[in-house]
Amino acid sequence: MSRIVGIDLGTTNSLVAYMKDGKPCVIPGHHERTMVPSVVAMTDNGLIVGDAAKEHLTRNPAKTVYSIKRFMGKGLEDVQSELTYFPYALTEQGGVIRIKLGEKTYSPPQISAMILKELKRRAEAHLGEQISKAVITVPAYFNDSQRQATKDAGLIAGLEVLRIINEPTAASLAYGLQEKTQGTIAVYDFGGGTFDISILKLKHGIFEVLATNGDTHLGGDDLDHRIADLFLNEIHTAHGIDLSAYPNHMQTIRLEAERAKIRLSDELTTQITVDLPDGKTRFTREFTREQLETLAMDIIDRTLAPCRSALKDAELTPTDIDEVVLVGGSTRMPLVRQRVRELFGKQPHCDLNPDEVVALGAAVQADILGGGTTDMLLLDVTPLSLGIETMGGVMSSLIRRNTTIPASAKEMFTTYVDGQTGVDIHILQGERELAKDNRSLARFRLKVPPLPAGVPRIEVTFLIDANGILNVTATDMRAGQRQSIEVKPSYGLSDGEVERMIEDSFKFAQEDVTARKLIEVRLDAGALLATTGKSLSEGAHLIPHDVQESIRTAVTALQTATDGPDPKVIRGRMADLELAAKPLSVAMLDDSLKRGLAGKKVSELT
Amino acid sequence: MDHHTRSTGSRNIQMARSMCWHCQSAMSGEYFCERCVKVQPVSKETDYFTCLGLPRRLIIDQNKLEAKFYEMSRAFHPDFYQNKSETEQTISLGNAATLNTAYRTLRDPIQRAEYLLDLEAGSVKDIRTSPPADLFEEILGLQETLEAYRASDRASQEGKDLHTQLLAEHEALEQRRRDMEQQLQRLFTEWDTLQDRGEASGQTRAERDRLLKQMREILSNRTYVKSIVNDLIETIG
Repeated sequence: MSRIVGIDLGTTNSLVAYMKDGKPCVIPGHHERTMVPSVVAMTDNGLIVGDAAKEHLTRNPAKTVYSIKRFMGKGLEDVQSELTYFPYALTEQGGVIRIKLGEKTYSPPQISAMILKELKRRAEAHLGEQISKAVITVPAYFNDSQRQATKDAGLIAGLEVLRIINEPTAASLAYGLQEKTQGTIAVYDFGGGTFDISILKLKHGIFEVLATNGDTHLGGDDLDHRIADLFLNEIHTAHGIDLSAYPNHMQTIRLEAERAKIRLSDELTTQITVDLPDGKTRFTREFTREQLETLAMDIIDRTLAPCRSALKDAELTPTDIDEVVLVGGSTRMPLVRQRVRELFGKQPHCDLNPDEVVALGAAVQADILGGGTTDMLLLDVTPLSLGIETMGGVMSSLIRRNTTIPASAKEMFTTYVDGQTGVDIHILQGERELAKDNRSLARFRLKVPPLPAGVPRIEVTFLIDANGILNVTATDMRAGQRQSIEVKPSYGLSDGEVERMIEDSFKFAQEDVTARKLIEVRLDAGALLATTGKSLSEGAHLIPHDVQESIRTAVTALQTATDGPDPKVIRGRMADLELAAKPLSVAMLDDSLKRGLAGKKVSELT
Repeated sequence: MDHHTRSTGSRNIQMARSMCWHCQSAMSGEYFCERCVKVQPVSKETDYFTCLGLPRRLIIDQNKLEAKFYEMSRAFHPDFYQNKSETEQTISLGNAATLNTAYRTLRDPIQRAEYLLDLEAGSVKDIRTSPPADLFEEILGLQETLEAYRASDRASQEGKDLHTQLLAEHEALEQRRRDMEQQLQRLFTEWDTLQDRGEASGQTRAERDRLLKQMREILSNRTYVKSIVNDLIETIG
């Protein structure tokens, strides 16, 4: 069995991990950094991902996508309220948000796939083998559409997603492995865009989730926006400049707000400095932890209601919880820790790096699936109730929230009119009474043989698999025949669309490789130009004028090529320059040798 | 919930299996073929008690039940079938789903009793739409108070008085529910004792029917009271 990696596909950062000698470890990239910023930028030379793309946030905000996770499995109407800060253009097609980058539009799974590909590449470079299988984590409170979108992203990236697992439970696996804990634990996972609480019972290697709750639209992002809003108002009042007309500055402010927030986890006060677009004014202010906490208070308090609901569903009280585990970057804030401590009445655990623990847990789950780890088993639950719309627009619940998965329910359908040939079924997810208040997952039409009313008997099985994803099958009970069902997702890509996107991704893979090569070769060219420049200024006097001239010509040629789009041409010019500069480097070497030898006796040289 | 015909439990279609799907040898092992060691689908005929290896009793040792559930999860969970054939993966998925339903049903004493009634008496549970006789007047009074409270100005003295009254009614109903559960507990013990005796005389049959009838009545009363309580909680917040 080929290796399976564990991936934490985060709102702000993503990571990839694998199991090494029975221990999960995160795979580092350049400069030993383990986190890949979940940012994708469209440049003139193609798409770039991660740290390099993050730099484009302030340079070219309209074509730089961040926090894509917030749009996974969503329609445009779902996200209207929070579009102020997103500088890229959103449209909708077939119930799925599309992001417009230049001429092309991309679905959120396609953007996520670019991040996944970067992680895949990173893992392949580190491990020296092809990676084609992965476990990917999602917030526990993700609904079916959001999970399906994540699975689609994996497919588009050329990864077989063997399992979608919940982030807090993944974290519990990493903790459990380390501590061999027994008892009841609460995992409080507060990340960049989502909040989850999961309550688990750990016993003899079984990790049984008792209840889970959360908010898929609550995270550090919200706080960054809150802080940025404060600064924007102050800038407007003090300098009369409305920054919302300047997308680059909006991003600068947002990133500055995020950095200040992070600094204030360790410091009590910090300094904010932002250059304003008029080119002469500068916004400065002191920002204190107290001010941050005033702004953050209600956002943090919004995490407490889901915690209470989860406890209630698990039929537990805070005193029944043996340990509280903190996951996600936002749990670094002292106020968050204080609130958690107050709610559960105990000091929360944060021994493992909250940024890495989810990826580590995903690697453990990957190892379980691969057959490496056999003593641990995760029994997770479905976070939301699943049901169908019945007469009068009411939701009839078939599988209750917090039911252990895999879970199934059967429902018998018949007809109300003689000769009726179809029954429409509308699948819903959520906790509300009325169908319209819940998430519409899919609709389909059940084919029924034309018979008198009430005679047909079609049994529909709703099965939620171990990924928390719904599968529907139907059987005609009279004929004993299985019926294939074409389910049209309300907020998702159809199978055909996903297939096209996979094809596209292969087609564009060539472009992406070119873009990547171009970045690398430009860096190399830059380095060569710098050293040649240095050599010329130090050693031009050592070589004849015509050689100097030919070096300068080669330098100009390389500079011109570097601005162009073709890595091959750049490499060619680099070779030319190296050749032209050879006499110079030889002359400089001779010179330094000569100078080194000066004053030494011949006897010392032999 | 009652707009559709709900199939009761897992007892429908598919004949009990007697052969291994893979090597066609006669099945003697419980869930794994003794010859080729392949996992076998849990028969749809299997009731939840049998599925979890328990006798059909109403008082269950929760620790034992949990241990058995964990043990069987280790045998059936799809995590352990990733490298197996597609058929085995499908069987593991179906078995795990059945096991989870079985455990969820038997873990909760009320659901367990309702399920047993369903098995023993073979009928769907009664859904009560009018209050049980001994609760009739109390419920009628409560409905009036609820109406008055909904119409009242919550901030007024009248509203506050009604609120206090409703809180008291709530406590009284909760007490009712607890009493019913205690009654049920006694019937559970009686049932189990009768089953343990294992006689099949006319007298034990009559005894059996009496117990089932009483349990059914209390269960449906309890469901009714619970829905009234939920209504009450929703109104008073």
